[in-house]
Amino acid sequence: MTKNTNTSYTLVCGLEIHAELKTQSKMFCSCKNDPFHAQQPNIYTCPVCLGMPGGLPVANKKAIDWTIKLGLALNCQINLFSKFDRKHYFYPDLPKGYQISQYDIPFCENGYIETSEGRVGIRRIHLEEDTGKLLHKEIDGKKVSLIDFNRGGVPLVEVVTEPDIKSANQAKEYGKKLRQILRYLDIADCDMEQGGMRLEANISLADQPDTLPNYKVEVKNINSFRYMEQAINFEVDRQAEILDKHETPIQETRGFNPNTAKTFSQRIKEDAQDYRYFPDPDLAPIHFTQAQIDTLQANLPELPEELIKRWHDQFQIETKYADQLIISQDKSKWWQELFELAVKLEVKPNDLVKAVINKKFVVDYQQPIATIIANYQKENQTDSLDESELSDVITQVINQNPNEVSAYQAGKIALLNFFIGQVMRKLGKKVEMTRVKTLIEKALS
Amino acid sequence: MNLNHLTLKNALDLVAKKQVTVEEINHDVDKEIAKVNDKLNIYLTLNPEKNSSDQDKPLKGLPIAVKDNFCTKNLRTTASSTLLDNFIPQFDATVVTKLKNAGGHIVGKTNMDAWAHGSSTETSQYGRTLNPRNTDHLPGGSSGGSAAAVASDTCLAALGTETAGSIRQPAAWCGVVGLKPTYGRVSRFGIVSMASSTDSPGPITKTVEDSAILFNLIAGADPRDGTTSTDQVPDLTKSLNKSIKGLKIGVIYLDLPGLEKIKAIYEQELKIFETLGAKVEFAKAMDPKDAISVYTIVQRGEVSSNLGRYTGIRYGFDRSHFGAEAKRRIMLGTYTLSKGYADQYYTLAQKVRTLFIQDYQRLFSQYDVLVAPTSPGFAKKIGATKGEAMFGELEDMLVEASSLSGFPGLNVPCFRDEKTNLYLGLNVMAPMWREDLVVQVGDAFEKNTKWNSWRQEQ
Repeated sequence: MTKNTNTSYTLVCGLEIHAELKTQSKMFCSCKNDPFHAQQPNIYTCPVCLGMPGGLPVANKKAIDWTIKLGLALNCQINLFSKFDRKHYFYPDLPKGYQISQYDIPFCENGYIETSEGRVGIRRIHLEEDTGKLLHKEIDGKKVSLIDFNRGGVPLVEVVTEPDIKSANQAKEYGKKLRQILRYLDIADCDMEQGGMRLEANISLADQPDTLPNYKVEVKNINSFRYMEQAINFEVDRQAEILDKHETPIQETRGFNPNTAKTFSQRIKEDAQDYRYFPDPDLAPIHFTQAQIDTLQANLPELPEELIKRWHDQFQIETKYADQLIISQDKSKWWQELFELAVKLEVKPNDLVKAVINKKFVVDYQQPIATIIANYQKENQTDSLDESELSDVITQVINQNPNEVSAYQAGKIALLNFFIGQVMRKLGKKVEMTRVKTLIEKALS
Repeated sequence: MNLNHLTLKNALDLVAKKQVTVEEINHDVDKEIAKVNDKLNIYLTLNPEKNSSDQDKPLKGLPIAVKDNFCTKNLRTTASSTLLDNFIPQFDATVVTKLKNAGGHIVGKTNMDAWAHGSSTETSQYGRTLNPRNTDHLPGGSSGGSAAAVASDTCLAALGTETAGSIRQPAAWCGVVGLKPTYGRVSRFGIVSMASSTDSPGPITKTVEDSAILFNLIAGADPRDGTTSTDQVPDLTKSLNKSIKGLKIGVIYLDLPGLEKIKAIYEQELKIFETLGAKVEFAKAMDPKDAISVYTIVQRGEVSSNLGRYTGIRYGFDRSHFGAEAKRRIMLGTYTLSKGYADQYYTLAQKVRTLFIQDYQRLFSQYDVLVAPTSPGFAKKIGATKGEAMFGELEDMLVEASSLSGFPGLNVPCFRDEKTNLYLGLNVMAPMWREDLVVQVGDAFEKNTKWNSWRQEQ
């Protein structure tokens, strides 16, 4: 895992991922939640999200329900009693001087996502409000900072993992799975470029597996999974080099520069910042009944993981293809119907899917599925071919290429493709390849 | 008689009978303001606009004074701090909207303790208000301007806010009626937040009946304030002129040290309840001194958070405009919410707050209402707050516990000192959501005693 070093370390990594929920209105007011399509700055604002005197928050019920849904989808325990807390810090994009967040009782705790490299525990999922956006510009020769509050107050979920991640690749897989679930539940767009999903990685290296190092480096503002992978790999090398010298990396916050694929120091964390959390007195605590949670659980769709498994069992769809098809519930439902009809019409669903993924066959979601399958069948129709015609051609090819035949029989099995090619050319017809292959093998043996 | 001396109820009746016009009343109110405002310093901003189209609405366009911490659209709102000297809100507080919709005319914005921090108006950065009953004395606070506006007949009724005594204490000192509704009964939206968990807007008026009328118009659930109750709001005018026979009244706090001078007066005045057929008993409540500690910690913590938005970045002036009292509260609140101290202070204070609630619940299981002096004494002289950082807390000691507990309370004048022309007030408290009981008992007291100064004029 590490290079240029003699010692091997174990990566200890946890992720904090923020995603904006795509509710109609903002988290604590009725302003439109659509910051990325706003035509002008500060058009979706009101006294509440601008933090004007007397503005009071009223919690968006849908955002809370969606957070619980996410929690259930990620195998979390749901706290039947929860609340919002004020997190205080000063920054010009935070108009109230505090962010409404959740401190000690988040909506969801103790969940997990399975990855190919093992389970990644989810410590907590909480709901908070996003901040405004600062723009640093020069206007009439003067350097100014402008604030756009269209994003201020947009509901934001934060999903925090346990330090279970053992490789950059696993981090990427986890992130992708989380994004898939958020999109699949239809609660977030996760537009990474716009900042609709933001990644932070806590990275450190341990001498021994299953021990926690005494320092932690936080890499912030990563806006793609590829960059996250690069950032983690860079940090692993950087920290290993320091540890090899028997020094401890500095506890700090670092940024990531996509141009150099390197992280850089932003802020040294000498002390944990004191946010002076306390329960927001403007928002009553939230009580759920188990029945409410059960209803949300019952209304959860079949999740990507389960669907991939079921499609595999039911339609023999390969996992790598299914993973790419599962984008939304609507599309999955559409594919499900297509697969069912395909089976009836004796088309193998996996063949069709494979053709689609490899861009050999184009599907239009607007078309009736029957038409799509008919088109597929037409494109992949095999001409009728009689057994003796095929045998004749094979015999011809074998006779014309004695050298290749001896070479093949001497063990150069790769030549099989040569024979298949020759036979196909001679036939000049669309035929099922497996059938040709089997017959050639038989003739040559 | 000058028409500005009318109670709200009488004015409404006379206008309805077309014996006087709203214009005539407004004229007399304006004349009175012109006469006394320079000296008393009641109004910080006068509303240049008059509504003429409100004749058919419940308040018919009559002049109501509004405390300067209610946001009023296009009308400067300062909370008596120069930090907001140039702040003109783009929106109305919900209560202001309701008042306007009901045909209330906002005559102007009244002085208060800056950010509502205090019980004297002496922390106002626009100078103190004088008590109209005796100008050597303070009007109390923080809603001192609104109480003084009512006492000076420079409006027919007023709105104030109470976090712990800020309606009832100035009402007591100015000899007027003040109703602090149950927390959550009246919307806080658009009111400059002080201590969010106790802020309660309410009427300050000449009579209990006027408070009932205003309460009916401003109370109720607000979708913009998640802490308002969706319960049905009682019609408080139905609790007027109602017998109190058989009601059980518990008297608390009268035995506290420091109240010796006024104890006899209260004992005398409370006799009327027995005459009216109520059962009066002395009861023991939790020591209100502990309420000071709880309130100080809870309120300072919330203040330090609520004032964090006044950075001067988007509106108003910068933080250098915070006065000494605001700074003290921000410092103290920041400290008590700090890591390692929050459990020791804020969280602990909230636990003691629960003890107060339980204590009141115990008392209310035995009594229909509780009564106590609103303030430990008469209005203090001007300058009394100098060097007294805890002035407000000591003055508000007797109402803080009920404010922290969220219960409704009403101040009704219960004595006037003939030499000084200063008043004492009786605080009538009832269980959560039972404003009807405080109005019933307050109204009965008012109508059967001589202390309401508008009584002769009715």
